Amino acid sequence: MATIASPANRTARPTRSPGAASRIAFGALLLRDLTVLRKNLGIFVARTIIQPFLLVFVFLYVFPEIGQGIGGGSGLAGESAFAAVLVSGVVGLSIMFQGIQAVALPLANEFGYTKEIEDRVLAPLPVSLVAIGKVLAGAIQGLIAAAIVFPIAYAIHARGVEVHLDVHWVLLITLIPLTSIMTSSLGLVLGTRISPRNIGMMFGFIVLPITFLGGTYYPWTTLSAIKVGGFPWLQALVCINPLIYVTEGFRAALTTQSHMPLYVIYPVLVAFCILLLWLGVRGFYRRVLS
Amino acid sequence: MFTHTHVNDNHATADEIIRCEKLTKRYTDGDILAVDRLDLSVYHGEIFGLLGPNGAGKTTTVGMLTTLVIPTGGKAIVAGIDVVAQPALVKQMIGVVSQTNNLDRSLTVWENLYYHGRFFGMNAREARTAADESLVRFRLAERGKADVMAISGGMAKRLMVARALLHNPSVLFLDEPTAGLDPQARIALWEILEKLHAEGQTILLTTHYMEEADALCDRLAIMDHGHILAMDTPKNLKQSVAADTIVTVSASGDLDALARLLQEQVEGATRSQRLDTTIQLHVKGVTGVLPKVVAVAEQGGYHITDLSVAEPTLETVFINLTGKELRD
Repeated sequence: MATIASPANRTARPTRSPGAASRIAFGALLLRDLTVLRKNLGIFVARTIIQPFLLVFVFLYVFPEIGQGIGGGSGLAGESAFAAVLVSGVVGLSIMFQGIQAVALPLANEFGYTKEIEDRVLAPLPVSLVAIGKVLAGAIQGLIAAAIVFPIAYAIHARGVEVHLDVHWVLLITLIPLTSIMTSSLGLVLGTRISPRNIGMMFGFIVLPITFLGGTYYPWTTLSAIKVGGFPWLQALVCINPLIYVTEGFRAALTTQSHMPLYVIYPVLVAFCILLLWLGVRGFYRRVLS
Repeated sequence: MFTHTHVNDNHATADEIIRCEKLTKRYTDGDILAVDRLDLSVYHGEIFGLLGPNGAGKTTTVGMLTTLVIPTGGKAIVAGIDVVAQPALVKQMIGVVSQTNNLDRSLTVWENLYYHGRFFGMNAREARTAADESLVRFRLAERGKADVMAISGGMAKRLMVARALLHNPSVLFLDEPTAGLDPQARIALWEILEKLHAEGQTILLTTHYMEEADALCDRLAIMDHGHILAMDTPKNLKQSVAADTIVTVSASGDLDALARLLQEQVEGATRSQRLDTTIQLHVKGVTGVLPKVVAVAEQGGYHITDLSVAEPTLETVFINLTGKELRD
């Protein structure tokens, strides 16, 4: 038996300052998450592609081909306009899903019966950094998802339907990281607050409403047409949905269509980041410490 | 002597490696006082055991010492560091093997070790070497590439011990290390712990198996309801019973009256105690005690259905202290 730990060389005092140990451990946690991502790359790509592919395939290929009107019924021009709406929506939605799938689902398992997270919680860094590491790893997956989905959303459409994109790079380059962090923070909140056996309910009661009322299929500005007593209730209601700011942001970054003002989108996204991260880290504490 | 060079500013003596002062945990959820003003010292190089039934507060105590449970009162110092004030620093100094299998299921056997090494600041080469050596040391080398769900319970436990030791911790914590293991795997783990002990590794373990506590531990604290009832070497604890023979009697009729009768009339009886369905009679300095017990019981009109003798065990000590059996 090789002796690794003999009493003579066993540490009597911490070998690293808390700051140095935390920095190293944080990097190693990310490395671990990226290794797991690399091992499951096929599944990651497949699950990233499937939903945007189906959306784009049905709405931008099947519908125009079978002559099922969409986009205000004004023929190919309307369909092309809708294509631009949908492409921005699909990119936003994919980042959103990635955040939930990359953070919430694994966390729900790791917290559950297995308590797999324990060895990482016992790594020599503050518990809050373990949670933030999860968010960062999820955000990286969001970035990759955006890069994969964008060409698909752009390329797949029926003949005659044209996807007119007008890329505003500054917006795009700032929005993708911001929304990735925001959505993986949402994933942290969901993963720490929802028990593994209720994870199915999460999809029905949280993910679906967020998706359908998140501006994936329509610009937020057009919702002003839906009124009760002169009040655009739906337009007001969806403002609680973080996805609306994501899809509107991408609409601003990718199209020339009307969108929610940028001076609303950016501050609200930042505020959601802070709020969700804070709630998520608190939830994480509550789950791993007692 | 041990290689301690620092003067400790937390009032611990030099080779004291764990110190609890009035350590308390009250769970607000259900208002349960899990650990109540616990005072405890563990010294460099010893195997210290917390022995007690489920719910005694053993796991909560280990949780507090390993930063996963936040104390509601008192103080805990591990390797000279205040656990509550500097949890991230304490984590550099401890290795933890929890009761359940918490291996990283997304990683292989080898990767579980490798990434643990990376968490604790090893570079890629160091972590690779440490993981390789550790697999050999814990007889897991053939299963390095295996999925952690594919290995046996005994192997999983060995891997958890290997992982906890990879960063050379000052103290190794093991919570119910052999619970759920088959007898063979249990003995294999005991051998590993004894080897570590021989190398000078300080170990704190919890158990509700008295044989395990007796076989492994230098010193023991017997716990129940969040309190330490007795703390000493297993030998001294057993001697504290003040008997060399324990007779267990099963009989029909009024067991309380029979217990009194046996204590009064059996020569050398120091104590008798009625448990659920049996009586335990402590006897000192007498040989051939069984016939005497039978005679006394039959004269009293009792019918003995079962009878056995044994030397005092930690179980006897526990019964003495709590009036109940350790295994419910």
